[in-house]
Amino acid sequence: MTEMVEQKELKVIVFQLVDKEYAISVDVVQSIEKLLSITRVPKTPSYVRGVLNLRGVVTPIVDLRERFGLEVKEMDENTRIIIVTLKEYEVGLIVDAANDVLDISIESIEPQPEVVGSVESDFILGVSKVGKRLLVMLNLTKVLEPVKRSLSDEI
Amino acid sequence: MDTHQYLEMFIDESKEHLQSCSKHLLNLERNPKDLGIVNEIFRSAHTLKGMSATMGYEDIADLTHMMENVLDAIRNAKIHVSTEILDVVFHAVDYLEEMVMDIASGGTGKKDVRELVESLNRIEVGGATVESAASATVAVKEDYNQKAGLRFDQYEMTVINQSLEQGFTTFEVTVQLRVDCLLKAARVFMVFEIFEKLGEIIKTEPDVQYLENEEFGEMFSIALISTEDADTLRSKVMSVSEVENVIVVPVTDDYLINDNQAREVEVSKVSKVTESIAQEVNTLPESVAQSGKREGTVQSGNKTIRVNIDRLDILMNLFEELVIDRGRLQSIAGDLHNPELTETVERMTRVSGDLQNIILNMRMIPVETVFNRFPKMVRQLARDLDKKIMLEIVGAETELDRTVIDEIGDPLVHLIRNALDHGIESPSERIAKGKPEEGTVTLRAYHSGNHVFIELEDDGAGVNRQRVLAKAISNGIVMEETANSMTDRQVAELILSSGFSTAEKISDVSGRGVGLDVVKNTIESLGGYISIKSIENEGSLFQVQLPLTLSIISVMLVELDCEVYAIPLSSIIETAIIQKTDIMNAHNQKVIDFRGSIVPLVNLKEIFEMPKQNDISGRFQSVVIVRKGERLAGLVVDSFIGQQEIVLKSLGNYLQNVFAISGATILGNGQVALIVDCNALIK
Repeated sequence: MTEMVEQKELKVIVFQLVDKEYAISVDVVQSIEKLLSITRVPKTPSYVRGVLNLRGVVTPIVDLRERFGLEVKEMDENTRIIIVTLKEYEVGLIVDAANDVLDISIESIEPQPEVVGSVESDFILGVSKVGKRLLVMLNLTKVLEPVKRSLSDEI
Repeated sequence: MDTHQYLEMFIDESKEHLQSCSKHLLNLERNPKDLGIVNEIFRSAHTLKGMSATMGYEDIADLTHMMENVLDAIRNAKIHVSTEILDVVFHAVDYLEEMVMDIASGGTGKKDVRELVESLNRIEVGGATVESAASATVAVKEDYNQKAGLRFDQYEMTVINQSLEQGFTTFEVTVQLRVDCLLKAARVFMVFEIFEKLGEIIKTEPDVQYLENEEFGEMFSIALISTEDADTLRSKVMSVSEVENVIVVPVTDDYLINDNQAREVEVSKVSKVTESIAQEVNTLPESVAQSGKREGTVQSGNKTIRVNIDRLDILMNLFEELVIDRGRLQSIAGDLHNPELTETVERMTRVSGDLQNIILNMRMIPVETVFNRFPKMVRQLARDLDKKIMLEIVGAETELDRTVIDEIGDPLVHLIRNALDHGIESPSERIAKGKPEEGTVTLRAYHSGNHVFIELEDDGAGVNRQRVLAKAISNGIVMEETANSMTDRQVAELILSSGFSTAEKISDVSGRGVGLDVVKNTIESLGGYISIKSIENEGSLFQVQLPLTLSIISVMLVELDCEVYAIPLSSIIETAIIQKTDIMNAHNQKVIDFRGSIVPLVNLKEIFEMPKQNDISGRFQSVVIVRKGERLAGLVVDSFIGQQEIVLKSLGNYLQNVFAISGATILGNGQVALIVDCNALIK
């Protein structure tokens, strides 16, 4: 019993990209939206899908599949936009599906094994095993570094 | 004492006082004989000193203290006003400003003022050496904390003298609380509250902080400047419960002198005080009744409130939401053709239009807040440049949105520096030209339509056409062939182009590589426009046109391949539908002949990386002619949707500096439309 209390828990939102499950802390998630119409913004990196009107706030939207260099998929009814709030801005992430809210213990998060897949390792904080599921913990500050002009000019 | 809650007020008021100091100092320089002005400055400095000492900013208090000494010496004709002295005083005001700014930005307001204090001291000692008496008073004061009875230092006496001259009376009020009084601090507070309504408290004995901490016996004294008479004062204070007795003694001239020079008088004063106790107790009941009647008429302050700007911003944001919904309602009503709905929507549109005006007006502040730092700057620059220059300010009360005000300061500084350095000639040159020795620079602000105009006019040398053209040609800004056909106005506006500086020698004032093009860019990024009129040897006029607000703008909505873009009306000259056959090619650049001038076409689809290119089947092409300064360009679009008022929103911090997009807006249907930055499209 005492062990249970001492264990630090982390509430995470689990979402799916292709066949893997990823997790981000629930603290940074502001809301999860169904498909909304997105306005394309020209001259931005391809993973920036555009901006949308989120209750009066113009919010940039990033396609996580493209960001991770995975194959791009048309949006369908399972597609969700997870709105996350970072220090200075809000960004929406397009994911294949938002599956679950889970409590995982912080101790269960391990550094990522050498081979995890095609996702750049900078983006990953670690992995956590919950039952049979393997959750990839994302480092959002790295994934969502601001897009500067110089970057878009290179493209 | 916890002063935190007063901090904001302190900063605001300090700024006001410093501003009035500089204003009056400039006045004084022009009329060195007018000692009334010195009094004004003295008053501001004195209040500042009092406030800063209360707030615990000792460096400010020290510096103002020394400044006051100098001012006092001037007022008593011990020193004569000279530019050198004023320089030091100006310097002191600068220092004070810096310290206040430091406090405002969360600093401690500490600064090394010793040097300045010393130079002020030197001036003052050069004139008179009365000061030692005052510092002696400070030393003595410590011992008197427990004992009631006031002594005044130099400044307080000057204030008292001054108020006497103006018909105010200073009273020394000694309040005795009952021995069994439990909440002494609360009683003190109530007494203070009464006095603050009736006049100004200039001194207390013991100090306020002792009073607040209840570190005193049963007696305390207050020096109060007021127009009320002694009876009223006393009766009002007596109405506070647990007050045993109140003694009100008017402070007169002789009293002051006696007090300062010979402390022995104290004894006799005390006996005088006891006498008056006896008298006053008798007259008490009547005056209580009298004071009751007066209460009603005292309160008639002006009807303004201070509102935190954040709240206004929130209000503005909420209103922006409303504007978006209004747009949506309009489009729904347009689709449904229901007369009642249409009528209601029209009504709502009108009401919200009025509301918009009011909210925008609330965020307006007088352009004065920017202008009032210029006189001092001009004075300094004129001295540096050895020129005689007079700055006239007209229309400082003209109001502008806060967002514009914040941005407009630097460009104006640039323009003024330019006018002073390159515009106004040296005195000898001016005399040779038959002009008055002193040059005049006029800064003017006024409203016109939906814009605010700020003009800077000088009666200086004006733009020298030959010199400007020669320079422009050598810098490759214009071709030699086109040079001759340019109008004077076009030539004048060349000085705003980048890579241009006609100053033959680089001076410290302007012409350090940052040209007027920076000014032009800043103003254009604000949605404004700058133009120059200049007549050689007669002077120049720089005219800056600015939008009233930056948050709600009028745009033209255009369609590009099913995407909607907004083009600010401020940069649109007109829209046109041209025949495709009229499009010509010049150097791989499509151009059209538009009212006699060649206008390059910008293919927005190409710039915005749209997959589908223009279809070539149609015979006509819609073009929006936009301008950046004098240069034009035609933006090729699919179709025009219409004109609309929209709320400007930023794309946020994630997407920084997107090319040719200055922001976004939300349309009536909830979609986001991007706003085209025409300045980025025209080189």
